[in-house]
Amino acid sequence: MGEFLLVTIQVDLYDRLALTLEEDLIQMVYKNASKGVLIDISALSIVDSFMGRIIGNIAGMSSIMDAETVVVGMQPAVAITLIELGLPLAGVHTALNVERGMALLESRMSARPDDTSDGDDD
Amino acid sequence: MIKETLAIQQERDLVYCRNRVKEIAAKIGMGIVNQTKLITATSEIARNMLTYGGGGIVKIEVVTRGKMEGVQLIFEDKGPGIPDIPKAMQDGFTTGRTLGMGLPGAKRLVNEFAIQSLVGKGTTVKILKWKNG
Repeated sequence: MGEFLLVTIQVDLYDRLALTLEEDLIQMVYKNASKGVLIDISALSIVDSFMGRIIGNIAGMSSIMDAETVVVGMQPAVAITLIELGLPLAGVHTALNVERGMALLESRMSARPDDTSDGDDD
Repeated sequence: MIKETLAIQQERDLVYCRNRVKEIAAKIGMGIVNQTKLITATSEIARNMLTYGGGGIVKIEVVTRGKMEGVQLIFEDKGPGIPDIPKAMQDGFTTGRTLGMGLPGAKRLVNEFAIQSLVGKGTTVKILKWKNG
């Protein structure tokens, strides 16, 4: 979808695969000059501190490449567990589902004062 | 009664171990939130064991105490051991590539948590999650 990158994680990742995802994703941000990254984790039954770090890294790297990251679709049990685990997920935007995540990215794009793209200017 | 032992020698074993624990927890009727807490704690401790202990074994057992039923896991490694357990149990303390959430985070997710470590001998972590705990 245009200047946004949509990534759907379909399976629980083992560590090496998660690190590969991190690398691939940042390459894609660069190649496509993406302004936003949407990560759909609705299929994940677990987000542990390692996966949390990967998500944080993706957000951090995207940010310094001028793209924003939104994590969408987190299962309620995963959210409850993350809070008790004490994982902050700092710097990561979250939304309930892909649709809302997309809307969040779009609203943030249009709110940018220095945005010169010819998107809608309401 | 379910009782089995899994080896944790590489990253892929973590995924298998998590899946197996989830299956066993589901089999005794543990709810999805408690299942998720249990497999997350499992993942943290097993990864710690892999990162710092050079791998080890996990003993999974369904236990009952009175009317309570739950899943107990014992993680054993023969790694270098933890010299200062109170420090290792502090949030954010890490000597490696992790966030330092592993042990203290895992403790918050389960009903019972015990850790024993001997420098030069290895570390044993025991956790228990009740079905309705």
